[in-house]
Amino acid sequence: MTTLTAARTAIRVRGLIKSFGHGRGHTVALGGLDLDVAEGQFLCLLGRSGCGKSTLLNVLAQLDEPTAGSVDLGGRKVAMMFQDATLFPWLTAGGNIALALRLAGVPRSQRSARVAELLELAHLGGLQQKRPHELSGGMRQRVALVRALAQDASVLLMDEPFGALDAMTRDVLHDELERIWRERRLTVVFVTHNVREAVRLGDRVLLMAPSPGRVDAELDVDVPRPRRIDSPEVGERARRLTDQLQAQGSMT
Amino acid sequence: MTATTATVEADRGHRPIGRALWARLWPMTAALVIALTLWQLVAWSGFRPDYVLPDPLAVGKDLADRLGGTELWHAIGTTMRRAAVGFTLSILVGTLVGLAVVKSRVLRTAVGSLITGLQTMPSIAWFPLAILLFQLSEQAILFVVVLGAAPSIANGLISGIDDLSPQLLRAARVLGAKGVSLYTSVVMPAALPAYLAGLKQGWAFAWRSLMAGELLVVIANRPALGTDLHFAREFSDAPRLIATMIVILVIGMIVDGIFATIANGVRRRRGLGALPL
Repeated sequence: MTTLTAARTAIRVRGLIKSFGHGRGHTVALGGLDLDVAEGQFLCLLGRSGCGKSTLLNVLAQLDEPTAGSVDLGGRKVAMMFQDATLFPWLTAGGNIALALRLAGVPRSQRSARVAELLELAHLGGLQQKRPHELSGGMRQRVALVRALAQDASVLLMDEPFGALDAMTRDVLHDELERIWRERRLTVVFVTHNVREAVRLGDRVLLMAPSPGRVDAELDVDVPRPRRIDSPEVGERARRLTDQLQAQGSMT
Repeated sequence: MTATTATVEADRGHRPIGRALWARLWPMTAALVIALTLWQLVAWSGFRPDYVLPDPLAVGKDLADRLGGTELWHAIGTTMRRAAVGFTLSILVGTLVGLAVVKSRVLRTAVGSLITGLQTMPSIAWFPLAILLFQLSEQAILFVVVLGAAPSIANGLISGIDDLSPQLLRAARVLGAKGVSLYTSVVMPAALPAYLAGLKQGWAFAWRSLMAGELLVVIANRPALGTDLHFAREFSDAPRLIATMIVILVIGMIVDGIFATIANGVRRRRGLGALPL
């Protein structure tokens, strides 16, 4: 709680309700959610499918309108990454990043230098001319991360971005993401259903529960960084969260 | 190691022109030889007298003579100019109609299925009306060519945009693409393969409509390929008739091949259809 009052709030959500459909068939994806995310915080949203994690992210990204309630980002720019890299297949890796720069209003004269610089940041120097289908899943996700950074947003929303990657690639990308998050002082909201991943990355983990989607429990991860996903400290907290998740399951 | 590299390089320098071309050419050559042989056999069998069904040699001689003269090239020129004008206009009409249908729900309900209906309608069925409207004129031909080709082009564009992956669309919106920039930077490039398929099909329809048109709408002192067919039949000049048909077939195939090459290049660059079946 003390950290919350000390830092400025980047994301403030009050009474957020999101329902889909009408009449008898309608479902409540989020049922009155309150949330504060401090500037520079790495927040992980953890929960099983259907608990409204992705819905919350879509509302934060303004891809979806809330049914009721308010979302205040204080005018901050938002970038988003998905489980699928969603690179544009007709553009090269460099072209994808250049497009993001163009849409962010970066003048043409500065774009190529910025593309090179951004690719270097994620150690993708040699891949500028590669097409998405020529890259591995991990490389594609790196390019997607760089494309998100190209928007120069202060808030980065990530919807299970490493869910489809093998464990070794994922570990490397955790390190990269952590480094970039620190260097750029980003506020990150990271959705995952992998408990260890949440503890490995998050300053704070929110455990969400379904029908209707809500925050069930919260954990401040007091493990010093750099962390390892296979360390006993991470394992111990992951076990506690897993127990809570399983308790949820026995209730429904 | 060096030996392997050398072989690979030699292959690269050698294969596309030499062996790859041969790999594509020999099946075509074989098919052509078989077709000509069958034709020759039918001609020899006396199934029809040879002033009605000439043998390949007679047709080849007629074709060679006319390729050496100017009249055939004049006819090809007229026909290709009509094809170019008609197809360009079809692209314009098809693209605008396609975009309008995509943008407007009402328009889609109103004309969506009509477009497919027009596509299935034989273009020759339009000619009586076209001739009533425009007499025996260039406009009559143009009218039917556009009606034949534009629906395919519109449908290609519509299906390309309809099949746009929602995930890509979300990514584009998160990147801040909206309005015109959404169309120019994401929607149109994403729809390009289907649009090209529509253009390729549109060309086939345009070419068919044009030949039908030139057969029916004969304009005095203006030789064209379809018109040439008409006169060859009138004068019972079978070698000329078949030679002109071959010219029509070859032009259709060349243009189709150009579209196929462009479409395959686009697909390959996106990692689509790269695997041999």
